[in-house]
Amino acid sequence: MEASTVISLTLGKTDTSLKRRKLVDQIFTILVVLSALIGVAILALLLFYIILRGAPALNVAFFTERPLPYGEPGGGVAPAILGTLQMLAVAALLGIPIGLGTGIYLVEFGHGRFAEAIRFTVDLIAGLPSISVGVFVWSLIVRHVIGNFAGLAGAIALAIIMVPIVARTAEEMLRLVPDTLREASLALGVSRRRTILNVVLPTARTGLVTGTVLALARAGGETAPLLLTALGNQFFNFDLLQPMAALPIQIYNYAVGPYEDWHTKAWGASLVLIGVIATLSLLTRWATSRSSFKAR
Amino acid sequence: MSLAKPMVAERLERPVSSRGHSMQIRGLSAYYGAKKAVDGITMDIPANHITALIGPSGCGKSTVIRCLNRMHEVVRGARAEGEVLLDGENIYGPGIDPVQVRRLIGMVFQKPNPFPMMSVYDNVIAGLKLNGRLDKREADAIVERSLRQAALWDEVKDKLQASGAALSGGQQQRLCIARTLAVEPEVILMDEPASALDPISTLKIEDLMQELRERYTIVVVTHNMQQAARVSDFTAFMLAGDDRVGRLVEVGPTDEMFTRPTEKRTEDYITGRFG
Repeated sequence: MEASTVISLTLGKTDTSLKRRKLVDQIFTILVVLSALIGVAILALLLFYIILRGAPALNVAFFTERPLPYGEPGGGVAPAILGTLQMLAVAALLGIPIGLGTGIYLVEFGHGRFAEAIRFTVDLIAGLPSISVGVFVWSLIVRHVIGNFAGLAGAIALAIIMVPIVARTAEEMLRLVPDTLREASLALGVSRRRTILNVVLPTARTGLVTGTVLALARAGGETAPLLLTALGNQFFNFDLLQPMAALPIQIYNYAVGPYEDWHTKAWGASLVLIGVIATLSLLTRWATSRSSFKAR
Repeated sequence: MSLAKPMVAERLERPVSSRGHSMQIRGLSAYYGAKKAVDGITMDIPANHITALIGPSGCGKSTVIRCLNRMHEVVRGARAEGEVLLDGENIYGPGIDPVQVRRLIGMVFQKPNPFPMMSVYDNVIAGLKLNGRLDKREADAIVERSLRQAALWDEVKDKLQASGAALSGGQQQRLCIARTLAVEPEVILMDEPASALDPISTLKIEDLMQELRERYTIVVVTHNMQQAARVSDFTAFMLAGDDRVGRLVEVGPTDEMFTRPTEKRTEDYITGRFG
């Protein structure tokens, strides 16, 4: 009799604690799903609103013509699209190799104090407000090297912003490559250099591309450093040593203006900027995600 | 001196039939930073035989085998002292390129580690391709020959372009052996090659080792004494002392080691009294 009482008591206890745990489990599931929904909803709302406000500005002229003074109907943001693409291209050429090189150094070669110093510096640059980067490039490059506002100065500022992003993501991704793969390659009599180029980098490829795309997107949206370096331009310009238009500057100029038409154009240009960056991301992923299992 | 590049090229061109490469270990000590892991190992590794290194965990047997193709020093701060001779030449001699040493002395690891972003085909020729030379027809021939030698050809011949990571664990390990065979080494080191595999895959690896012995000198580390008894011709027993430094207790023909060892400690270990 006593024994059975004990058992039923124990079972009763287990029963309530199980119910409690199920309840807690459900509450947390709901909370997690809710926060995911909120995050996505805010993004979706943002995108929806930009499309809603920006779409009316879009027409062929918007993509092919230069901006016109207020009062003249029509005009577009073509110089800004081309300027952004040119500066991003130069910034990518400068920033991605340096960033990747830094990441490779930190993982494959760097150790001790020097590597720590580099890692610290990279973090410091990553945390630098972009306007400071603009001021730095303005005082050094614009004033003393080129002598005037120029697209190249803008590209350098964007490259400085890209380097730490590429370097830190590259470092994280290369660290994820298991040492057993490096050892497998070395044990085949493959040199260190070949091992890094042909085994480590391809294994980390997806992550490296993600880091590069993030850096491109970040640089593509920067406004402050460009105001002090590329300045902006109402005309088409393919000379990197002259002031150059960029979408973020164009958005800023339209947005601060007092005219309703300009505000619409600012929304339109925002939509174009999102489109440009999305296209670049997709192109980068497409170009680097071909199957590596093709017969050679 | 002669393990440097010209000599290596000459060796690689030597016909397979004349192979028969022995190694000698002379006073080998290994360190991780300031800590000594292995002390004063001296033993011979006869050509075209399987030599097993056995001993309890932490006795330094993996460290020793990694010293035999200079993989030990790949770990930051690790270094080795003493001599390891391949056909009479010290692989730790001045002017010797460790990359060349590893081409002559291949290694198979405990955990199968095929290159995940490469196909089965590319995994096999990885060592050759990463070193430069190779045309398509030559590569095809090497892939088939290596996979046949590794007893894997029949299982993968229809999926040579599939990812190496898509194979089963046992197949992956045989792929790693094929990859090692493709560079035509003289000695093959195996660091617990079957310890991550199921019994059937283990048996396949052991059978494979028997076949490979015809053409290669093999050193295998195992913590499985039955495996050492089954596959090896010679057995070396290592033990770490109270100072946690590994030393060689004794080495001899496997039959003798398992029936009448000279050392009491060997007998205690193989009869399962410890370890």
